[in-house]
Amino acid sequence: MPRPGFVLEVDRSTPPVLIWHGEGFRLERLPADRSRVVYAPEPLAPLPDPDAAIRQALVEPMGDSAPLPELLHAGMRLTIAFDDLSLPLPPMRRPDNRQRVIEAVLEMAADAGVDDVVLIAALGLHRRMTDAELRHALGDRIFDAFAPHGTLLQHDAEDPSELVMVGKTEKGEDVEVSRRVAESDLLVYVNINLVAMDGGHKSTSTGLMSYRSVRHHHNVKTLQHSRSLMDRPNSELHSSAWRIGRLLGKHVKVFQIETTLNNDAFPSQMAFLQKREWEWDVRDRATFLATSRGLDVLSPATKRSIFHSILAPQAMTSVQAGEVEVVHASTIDALHRQQLVDVEGQSDVVIFGLPHVGPYNVNSIMNPLLVMCMSLGYFFNFYIGKPLVRPGGVVIVSHPTPWAFHPVHHPSYIDFFEEVLSATTDPLQIEKVYEERFATDEWYRHLYRTSYAYHGVHPFYMWYWGAHALEHAGATIIVGGNRKAVRRMGFKPASTLADALEMAEDQVGRDPTITYFRCPPVMLANVH
Amino acid sequence: MSISEVRDRLGAVGRLGSSVRPSSLRDLPFPLSAPSWPASVPRPPKRSELGVNYGTDWARRYPVRLARAAWTDFVTRPLVSAVAQPSVEGLDRFEAVVGPVIFAANHSSHLDTPLVLSVMPEPWRHKIVTLAAADYFFDTRLKSAYFAFALNAVPIERIKVSRDSADRAGSLIAGGWNLLIFPEGGRSPDGWGQAHRGGAAWLAARSGRPIVPVHIQGTGRLLPRGAKRIYTGETKVTFGTPIIPDLPARELVGQLEDAIAALGDEATTDWWSARRRAAQGTTPPLTGPDASAWRRAWALGPSPKDSARRCSPADERRWPPKP
Repeated sequence: MPRPGFVLEVDRSTPPVLIWHGEGFRLERLPADRSRVVYAPEPLAPLPDPDAAIRQALVEPMGDSAPLPELLHAGMRLTIAFDDLSLPLPPMRRPDNRQRVIEAVLEMAADAGVDDVVLIAALGLHRRMTDAELRHALGDRIFDAFAPHGTLLQHDAEDPSELVMVGKTEKGEDVEVSRRVAESDLLVYVNINLVAMDGGHKSTSTGLMSYRSVRHHHNVKTLQHSRSLMDRPNSELHSSAWRIGRLLGKHVKVFQIETTLNNDAFPSQMAFLQKREWEWDVRDRATFLATSRGLDVLSPATKRSIFHSILAPQAMTSVQAGEVEVVHASTIDALHRQQLVDVEGQSDVVIFGLPHVGPYNVNSIMNPLLVMCMSLGYFFNFYIGKPLVRPGGVVIVSHPTPWAFHPVHHPSYIDFFEEVLSATTDPLQIEKVYEERFATDEWYRHLYRTSYAYHGVHPFYMWYWGAHALEHAGATIIVGGNRKAVRRMGFKPASTLADALEMAEDQVGRDPTITYFRCPPVMLANVH
Repeated sequence: MSISEVRDRLGAVGRLGSSVRPSSLRDLPFPLSAPSWPASVPRPPKRSELGVNYGTDWARRYPVRLARAAWTDFVTRPLVSAVAQPSVEGLDRFEAVVGPVIFAANHSSHLDTPLVLSVMPEPWRHKIVTLAAADYFFDTRLKSAYFAFALNAVPIERIKVSRDSADRAGSLIAGGWNLLIFPEGGRSPDGWGQAHRGGAAWLAARSGRPIVPVHIQGTGRLLPRGAKRIYTGETKVTFGTPIIPDLPARELVGQLEDAIAALGDEATTDWWSARRRAAQGTTPPLTGPDASAWRRAWALGPSPKDSARRCSPADERRWPPKP
């Protein structure tokens, strides 16, 4: 029986706790009697037979949807869209959930005699996936059956001939979607719900739409009023995405398939990363020492290469299919069973240790903007109710924050960092003055469409992602980061955690209360 | 290299930074030493990896079996032969039986298991598992590993037959292994036999495999319970006719106990006398005379420590009275 998550009140007997630091980690002793550590629940047991569960979900769908076999018929146009490489994290071992689900859908489509089937990677404004990444997500059988015939596509949010405007929502939001999707008889969307932000109408209204649509929910105003991003009923971003998704649903039949994973994020060789420190046995301690010492002598590129080769043993814990909103509600219930941790009250300081990978640097570099997005965007928003840190409190982030960018994946990030952030860090000002220029820049557009680059506007979204935290927190301190890069973002650099805690006292007073959010594995703090 | 130097060298890894100079390995900071346990976190009940939880699957892998066969044939047998000078009776009684079977013997000495294993004919000798008291033979890693290797011992609880122990023994029988069990649950405390517990009979009834009763005579004098040294002398092992478990387990217990007592009588007298007494129901029980403590002790004969009076065990014992 896996143990639920819990909050450890730190006392003198508490051993040092592990804090992620990019491609590495450190052990830090937290101040006794005023610190607490939030630990994630242990991984739930996976479905004993995921393939059988998938088939059952498809023939017994939720909501008012008919069983999938009844929706399939010869002569129809079937489009299967699936989440891109930003999910799950770290990438999971094969077979990926997407492969299992899409194979089951294709079996039924083959039985029904459906010839016109197209697969679309729902990239949104993310970079295109490489063939190897597609193979990993979909499996060889699917890749070899579709890719050579040009029926395995990647969504292009900048191809005017392949986008179609289906209307405007009651709030005036443009709904411009992939033409193939709009002209399909059935859209099957295959999702992996790693965090509560994913899934539902957001899958289609982000992954299959154009910049003209995405900008309606990816902006400073919605993100400042998404409290949190992981709590859909209180997220303005999701409200907009829901409006857009509902309108799309009036034009094309959507059959949503969502899956959840347990939080078994690291292989057994690195079991110590998921264990509570006082439960480390000799092997865990030896592995930690050997790993840390080994990492100390490796170059950043080598470390990155090693860490990005980690495949998570995560396993499917639930699968739901049918009508989008009913399915998503059930998915969120399943996700909460794995991730929710009850926390009493806010603290003056919150500490986040960032790992090597986030949604936007799979097989890539976590550049300073992604550090900001991961810490103030994702980690800060891993709450329901209220943030872990009080208004005006301090966020301490542990990450090397190198002044380094992947030139192929993140070209517009480089210019954003050099040009925009050197002028201002105010999200509203950035949005007003710079966004449109970057979003419509022909060179970025070209790289997005033909290379493996994120869209020109993507670095802006990274910054907006932290807009709520920037507004809420009094200061952000980054431990062990490149000082110039940290200062460029308007944050304060610190050499050690002790220094950072001392600096935080300037903001929140002496002997502040501290919460260390020990993530990964992913969890969601239910703050009362 | 001193402990301080070890700490300093490895300390940079964990950013430990303690200024206290350690004097022993336990003083080293985490993670070089074990972590402390937070006071606010209740300790879970610790599941020991010893005792009944000790895993012995490794001892039945082929390379280990080969090593044990060599150990039994070239170490155990010569040693037992030198110390216990065994004679064997009744091997013909179970040669027609198809394994696996359960060998059930009386128990008065640590010599019993190596003695039985060393006189056991092939193919039984190298395909047998000894069920051994978890609390005694598996209380340390070294002992556990030794007994698992040398005797192919498997831990069981002697107080009660737990579901785990029963399942483990059942799966061994199902896997084709013969079992050696001492139904008394432990060595004799006073040199006389003890009432049988139900484990062997229950396993036989459950698995449907025959029980071969075995009587061991003389080992209690060479290495009795609590002895600090081992004596040399003669021993005798008598195998009985296999008992087919067609009775309920409770009745099987009595049947097995009677069979081993009859073998004990046979070892002391002769087959015909023992057979007649068994038919009349007058087989002297292995539990000894129903008399006062000193008379029970006296009936065992001279102490093995009294070397001037040592002779063969059959002549020494004063009970059962000779006809």
